[in-house]
Amino acid sequence: MDGASLTAIALRQFRRSHVGRVGAALVATFLGLTALAPLLAPYDPVATDFATVLAPPSWTHPFGTDDIGRDILSRVIHGSRVSLEAGLFTVAVALVVGLPLGLAAGFVGGRVDDLIMRAVEVILSFPTLVLALGITAILGPKLIHALFAIGVVFVPHFARLIRGQVLAVKENDFVAAATALGATDLRVVVLHVLPNCIAPLLVQSSFSISFAILTEAALSFLGLGTQPPTPSWGIMLSTARAYLEQAPWLGAFPGLAIFLTVLGFNLLGDGIRDALDPRLTL
Amino acid sequence: MVKLLGRRLLATIPLLFLVSLVVFALVHALPGDPAVLFLGEEADPETLARFRVRLGLDRPLVAQYAAWLGRALRGDLGRSLRTNQPVAEAILERLPVTLELLVAALSVSLAIAIPMGIVSAVKRNSGVDLVSTVFALVGFAMPGFWLGIILIYVFALLLRWLPPSGWVPLPASVPQNLLSLVLPAFTLGTALAALVTRQLRSGMLEVLRQDYVRTAQAKGLSERQVVGKHALKNALISVVTVVGLQLGGLLGNTIITETLFALPGVGRLMIDSIFSRDFFVVQGVILFLAVGYVLSNLLVDVLYSYLDPRIRLH
Repeated sequence: MDGASLTAIALRQFRRSHVGRVGAALVATFLGLTALAPLLAPYDPVATDFATVLAPPSWTHPFGTDDIGRDILSRVIHGSRVSLEAGLFTVAVALVVGLPLGLAAGFVGGRVDDLIMRAVEVILSFPTLVLALGITAILGPKLIHALFAIGVVFVPHFARLIRGQVLAVKENDFVAAATALGATDLRVVVLHVLPNCIAPLLVQSSFSISFAILTEAALSFLGLGTQPPTPSWGIMLSTARAYLEQAPWLGAFPGLAIFLTVLGFNLLGDGIRDALDPRLTL
Repeated sequence: MVKLLGRRLLATIPLLFLVSLVVFALVHALPGDPAVLFLGEEADPETLARFRVRLGLDRPLVAQYAAWLGRALRGDLGRSLRTNQPVAEAILERLPVTLELLVAALSVSLAIAIPMGIVSAVKRNSGVDLVSTVFALVGFAMPGFWLGIILIYVFALLLRWLPPSGWVPLPASVPQNLLSLVLPAFTLGTALAALVTRQLRSGMLEVLRQDYVRTAQAKGLSERQVVGKHALKNALISVVTVVGLQLGGLLGNTIITETLFALPGVGRLMIDSIFSRDFFVVQGVILFLAVGYVLSNLLVDVLYSYLDPRIRLH
């Protein structure tokens, strides 16, 4: 090795990875759409125009219009905001709850570990979508409830990942040295253990965002997530089902948007994971 | 094997108990009064109070849970608030549809993934390998409900080869039943096929590097014998692992697939009950699916240790 930092090596590796670069490009496009949605969307995404109901793709409406004359391109662009919210909010919930739980389980160990891991095991005993549906059903069909539900089902995955990392990291000499120098448990965890968990957390977060986007779309498709008239890719696909024969374009574009975004985050996660491999070879 | 199954089953009992607690808490302890959930916010206080007394919702939570668990252990999951049908009966009525869909989706995914995974590992970096890699990436990122819509559009509406939705029970007509199952099975099974393909490819590549495979090759065995008899057996263990891990996803996705194709399964029952605010049915279905998931994971675990003696010895 040439003495470069781990971050520099990882970045260099990432730039070499085709998979990672394609993923980063797709994610960057998605983020660009969400940031510039009001500027990029040619029409108001909720404005109806009954004169152009179910219009096929044309120069005036490149993705066509839906059953009440709304411009599909504008709805797809604005729909990216709901998906981004879904990804970020759910990963934030999972991190805020799962990170301290995983740190406590791994670092304190003993009964605390047993208790937390048993709770994690119980949540993992439910099929993810079934639990998310159950929570959303009880709280009521709203986007925020759906996002909270998805966040809750992610918590065990983050807690388990962090616990495993902590168990591995805390055996290192530098942790023993910090403890011997009189560092408190909190200081050891925050300054020495946590930074070593960031790499796997990044990979997990990337995959979790893609899964959250899929799950939000699924819940909205079933009528339990985002509620009309807010543009959401899942709702758009649900509407498309009813007009499949007359207007197949209704489902083509939101479906493609979900697919490309999920593919982007998956490839980005793969790229980051591959880039972090040099750590193992050092 | 039976001893191992018994031991694992005993260890699962506390977990199942905790699962039942979560399911109960989901309906009773989360914000929102079940009586209001069912009758709606516009219901007057007297009607709400009568409803609570009728269903025992006015009793302490611990007493309600004990009574509910006692009944659940005897197979009584309560009655539907809408139809008065016993919840367990409603689930069992719809279970064959869900099971048939699961078996069909699993068969489709393995039928695609096993040959594709083997060929892409054996012919590494070839055109077939590239196709298999692209399939794995696309299949995993594609939302099942979008794939289902595409399949309905192409095979039901354009080509008119298959029905777009609906269900013909197996006893009514075997060919019609199978036809109504084709699109849902592909919709549900494609993502799993993608994952298994990827897993089997890397499993095969790892096994093909092992010494015993080189020994088999050195003995002069044909490639078919080396791959089919020596390498595949070990690589298939990773398939069992990935299928086991994905069972939850598969179960959850049956809900979407059944809704999309109007199949009268357990998942559809759950969605219909959510919209009709029939929370006893929702509670019953969640408990049923969670217990089913835990038990099927247990079976996969036992099967896994049976297939791999190293785990059994450990």
